[in-house]
Amino acid sequence: MNKLIELKNLTKNFDDQQVLRGINLDIYENEFLTLLGPSGCGKTTTLRIIAGFEEPSDGQVLFNGIEISKLPPYKREVNTVFQKYALFPHLNVADNIGFGLNLKKVDKSVIAQKVERMLKMVGLEGFEKRDVTLLSGGQQQRVAIARALVNEPKVLLLDEPLGALDAKIRKQMQVELKKIQQEVGITFIYVTHDQEEALSMSDTVVVMNNGEIQQIGSPTDIYNEPENRFVAGFIGESNIIEGVMIKDYLVEFDGFQFECVDKGFEDMEEIEVVLRPEDLDIVDPEQAKITGIVRNITFKGVHYEILVETDLRTYMIHTTDYAEAGREVGLKFGPEDIHVMCKMGAY
Amino acid sequence: MKKNSKLSGFYLGLIFFLMYLPIAVVVVFSFNQSKLPVAFTGFSLEWYDKLFHNSAMMEALVNSLILGVLSCAISAVIGTLGAVGLSRIHWKSKGILEYISILPLMIPEIILGMVLMAFFYMLGLPFGMLTLLIGHTVFCVPYILMEVKARLVGMDPSLEEAARDLGASPFRAFWDITLPLIMPAVVSGSLLAFAMSMDDVVISIFVNGPRLSTLPIKVYTQLKTGVTPEINALCTIMLGVTILVLILYSLVGKHKGGKNEQTDRA
Repeated sequence: MNKLIELKNLTKNFDDQQVLRGINLDIYENEFLTLLGPSGCGKTTTLRIIAGFEEPSDGQVLFNGIEISKLPPYKREVNTVFQKYALFPHLNVADNIGFGLNLKKVDKSVIAQKVERMLKMVGLEGFEKRDVTLLSGGQQQRVAIARALVNEPKVLLLDEPLGALDAKIRKQMQVELKKIQQEVGITFIYVTHDQEEALSMSDTVVVMNNGEIQQIGSPTDIYNEPENRFVAGFIGESNIIEGVMIKDYLVEFDGFQFECVDKGFEDMEEIEVVLRPEDLDIVDPEQAKITGIVRNITFKGVHYEILVETDLRTYMIHTTDYAEAGREVGLKFGPEDIHVMCKMGAY
Repeated sequence: MKKNSKLSGFYLGLIFFLMYLPIAVVVVFSFNQSKLPVAFTGFSLEWYDKLFHNSAMMEALVNSLILGVLSCAISAVIGTLGAVGLSRIHWKSKGILEYISILPLMIPEIILGMVLMAFFYMLGLPFGMLTLLIGHTVFCVPYILMEVKARLVGMDPSLEEAARDLGASPFRAFWDITLPLIMPAVVSGSLLAFAMSMDDVVISIFVNGPRLSTLPIKVYTQLKTGVTPEINALCTIMLGVTILVLILYSLVGKHKGGKNEQTDRA
């Protein structure tokens, strides 16, 4: 795949505050890339720089190898779907979608055709003459997507587009967005703070925090091999334990040594270990190295969330087994359940 | 509680009665046959007829209309651009700038009139329509500026960004998106400004020059030589026009309110 956008050492300051601290990122053709992070991590600012609404304080934005960071938004081959849709309230659905083509002086009949095709793609056939202010949130969202895509951009930018929708429609739109992206075959850059959304739709997830990229990888990489405590904590729930890498494939934590599948660390390097709650099993105490007392059990629908207190810490376990509070139990996990990562500063 | 509300109802009635009695008297006597405003002797449109044949009065009316429309149009452009400009700056001194921009409303008219007269004299401008126009524009701009500013505050800034994102130059984004959305505020502000221009005496007297007269000035100077029923007729007409403008203003305002709600939902 070809590189489409390159961000090189991008920084951005607002007044005295540094919101981006050197972003380096390559974005490829036909990729569904998600910028994921908590609010204030710089993900929206990064998107706005690519769209042209903000100029970086330093660094470069390359589009097909050409520097574009000074180019105004209306000269860029990218289109944006805004968080609150930003549909023009004084125009109907067709005029909203045709707005960009109208500016390019495209023939009226061609516009009408393209609008119709777009409406069909987003499942709003026959909505041409509707008043956009009277549509539901999900319908407005579809119009916003159609309005952006009708201009045939090389890249579609989406700024938390599903944030204002309720859970059920959000799930449905996630599936549809992915389908649309595959259908039109262009790059989607998607901003969200919802890790589940990021994992289920993306080809590549970029985890950001504090104006810096924490990890770039596929959803499975990000989930299974988090590079540091922040990524592990932000993506899903996890037990994070400090430990020491004795040597390749052998790690020590909580006073025990465990076999693991990680290598490449220095011998005796201080590391942190991630144990996902769903990878831990509750067994009889004599079957496990780590033992503790069940402190709390909560029914979560599909599974129970059990808190087990050991001498050193409290582990969170997600399991379909039941274990009443106060019982002594053991925690069991296999070598492949231990994810070793570099130690980083406190978060 | 019941007694209390009866009392307040009576009080309210009394206030309105006292406030509108003089106006009612003027309206009633404009249709009076007799020249003397002491007794109503019979219905007549004589004074209206006289008024329409009074060429000096009609000339003043035309002057006032030209002045009102022109100062309104110029103020609409300046006020709208000013409000849009103010909405886009984020300086620390923005608050002060906003106060300065509506200052003409707060300066006593008589001082504004004097200052304008001195200023025009200094510039050597001939007193007449031009000076009147500048003077009226000065106090009309704030009305439009305030209305448009309030409208812009409720507007989603990403609307204009969306337009630019879709290929609109900054000018097209303003023309195609922002302007239609703030238009109700521009119109309602202009109507208010027009009403203010149509009845201004104080500032006009300072800057109107020797030969030119506006309707309010004409009425004011006529009063010195005694009230004729003609003036009553004129006042009634002006009253009617003012009420009409106010009704229009409130209709535009209502429309604006409705649209605002919809924008919020969008």
